[in-house]
Amino acid sequence: MTGSIQTGQRPGRLRRQVGRTLTYVVATTLAVFVLAPIYFIAISALTPPEIALSEYPRRLVPAEVSFDTIRFFLEAQGVVDAFWRSVWVGVITLVLSLAIGAPAGYAIARYVFRGKELYRLLVLSTRAFPVVILAIPLAVTYIRLGINDSIIGVSLMHTALALPFAILITSSVFISVPRELEEAAQTLGCHPVQAFLRVSLPLALPGLAAAAIFTWVISWNDVFAASILTLREPTLPARVLTSLTQSRITFQFAAGFIMLIPSVVVIFFIRRYLLGLWGRVVK
Amino acid sequence: MAEIRLEGVTKLFKQVRAVDDVSLTISEGEFMVLLGPSGCGKTTLLRSVAGLEQIDAGRVLIGGRDVTYLPPRKRNIAMVFQSYAVFPHMTVFDNIAFGLRMRKASRAEIRRRVQEAAELLHIEGLLDRYPSQTSGGQRQRIAVARALAMQPQVLLMDEPLSNLDALLRLEARAELKRLLSEIGSTTIYVTHDQVEAMSMGDRVAVMRAGKLVQVDEPLAIYDRPADRFVGGFIGNPPMNFLPVTVSQRDGAAVATVADAGEVRVDARDGLAGRSGPLLLGIRAENIEIAPLRGGEALHGRVLVVEPLGSHNLVTLRVGGELLKAITRPDEHLDPDQEVAITIDSERIRWLDARSEVALAHDVHAGPGAGMGGVTSAELEGAGDQVERSLE
Repeated sequence: MTGSIQTGQRPGRLRRQVGRTLTYVVATTLAVFVLAPIYFIAISALTPPEIALSEYPRRLVPAEVSFDTIRFFLEAQGVVDAFWRSVWVGVITLVLSLAIGAPAGYAIARYVFRGKELYRLLVLSTRAFPVVILAIPLAVTYIRLGINDSIIGVSLMHTALALPFAILITSSVFISVPRELEEAAQTLGCHPVQAFLRVSLPLALPGLAAAAIFTWVISWNDVFAASILTLREPTLPARVLTSLTQSRITFQFAAGFIMLIPSVVVIFFIRRYLLGLWGRVVK
Repeated sequence: MAEIRLEGVTKLFKQVRAVDDVSLTISEGEFMVLLGPSGCGKTTLLRSVAGLEQIDAGRVLIGGRDVTYLPPRKRNIAMVFQSYAVFPHMTVFDNIAFGLRMRKASRAEIRRRVQEAAELLHIEGLLDRYPSQTSGGQRQRIAVARALAMQPQVLLMDEPLSNLDALLRLEARAELKRLLSEIGSTTIYVTHDQVEAMSMGDRVAVMRAGKLVQVDEPLAIYDRPADRFVGGFIGNPPMNFLPVTVSQRDGAAVATVADAGEVRVDARDGLAGRSGPLLLGIRAENIEIAPLRGGEALHGRVLVVEPLGSHNLVTLRVGGELLKAITRPDEHLDPDQEVAITIDSERIRWLDARSEVALAHDVHAGPGAGMGGVTSAELEGAGDQVERSLE
């Protein structure tokens, strides 16, 4: 389903051009909509604090670039620690979500079993439960178990939040890999596990990578669960949240900028790899 | 190369009997076609032989070995899928080499066998490409090459030509037939295309609703269908079926078509002493039409004449029934013309009027019976189950 509109007739060329123009217009609008706030946060974070505070309206191209604001943010107490904590929580969440979610997704995609639809519904319903309601019991349980204020504790919570997405995304990924490919591998001498490892897994990899990144981003973006479950050792969003009301606006720009970078960079690099692999898949 | 023996194979999907007590023996090197309308269970039967379906009753033997409970990888089979199932993330070379690598064949051996298989199918120029860089016809060849490289005891093919366009399919059909006869492996080939079945198979097994209806050589099935379903499914146009009433006159049987006249009954047809309704089956090419001169036994009226180049297809109304006949292209007939109809009494197939199953006595042991010592279909009771008695 790449954007080749086939009309077959000569007048089709005009229609194709109109179609392409429309595509670009829509794509550009969407890109601007998403990128504009990111851009303003970025330039605000990169202009010297005095100017960033006083200048209005904002210039599109900053007259002066300085890293003072960012340095100030990074040198604030506990920010670097919180940053690395967030990274680790994200990684552990990613590993746990995929380790549990991918097999579940595979089962939903490949097997017919009793209560499959109910299971699918239950998976989603966990998201229907607002974390706010769970906040107190959760905190109490965590303290009782002694995993409050710890990386593993937050990771477990984030895994619970990300798991429904991990399951549903991976199941749709596995559905897109034709079952006949695995069967063909089995007739060619593969054990079902080998067939999965040699055929389905490589073909599902781009989708699985996307699911992985998505769970990482879910974890990275989470403020609420992290602020409930941590106090002295917060993740980056929780750390930023606690000082939000007392800090200068430039501090907030820097915080927003630093929080944005990893998501943007990761997705930017992975995206090329995703397209590269997907391009080779037939159908 | 090995014999395949199916004994009472049954496969259920929930309450549906997808394959219902199928017994069939395919001898070494034979090309057996499973033919039937979609949903008749032919693909399920093939997958049961492959081991991709666990059967609910019966046994599957390959080369005398009971493989009923063995997984596909231990059955020494190779399969070509309808969708080809070519691995998109591997080059054509790696696709063909896949099975050999699983067997831990040596590098040199793999290289040689892949090359051989590729040359057989004329795709040696594509080995470095990815499947997405090949056409549908080429992918079909890759799938066949991948199967042949395994040198399997049994080759299973599931509608391998159905995804090709008409012209390519014609070409691929002839080529596949030549290729498989050269290799001489035992083959089961599933198709819903009766022309494919007729033109390729050593024998054809016709399936309907999970059961085998008839197993025989293509021509025998064409000439002597086991029942109305087979006669109607095979051949284009399908076989004609006329309801007749048989009676005895002067010690000989006569078949009467209501409001249209009589048909001469061959004395060897065993209808002597019989009376009552029957179905008369006759192929379009075994009907002759001539202008009506009066005094003819059977007459009818021309409805439509369709000139098809090599022959004309004529639709006639005979009594209350429609009949399709084939005439020479130069024979001139007008719509609404009354004509005399001559039915070749040696080519008539008599069927029971109620069960629509062919009468058991088949005296027209035509040319088919001489080929390879294959006995013709034998009917069991009034049901439509036909079993082949082999050797």
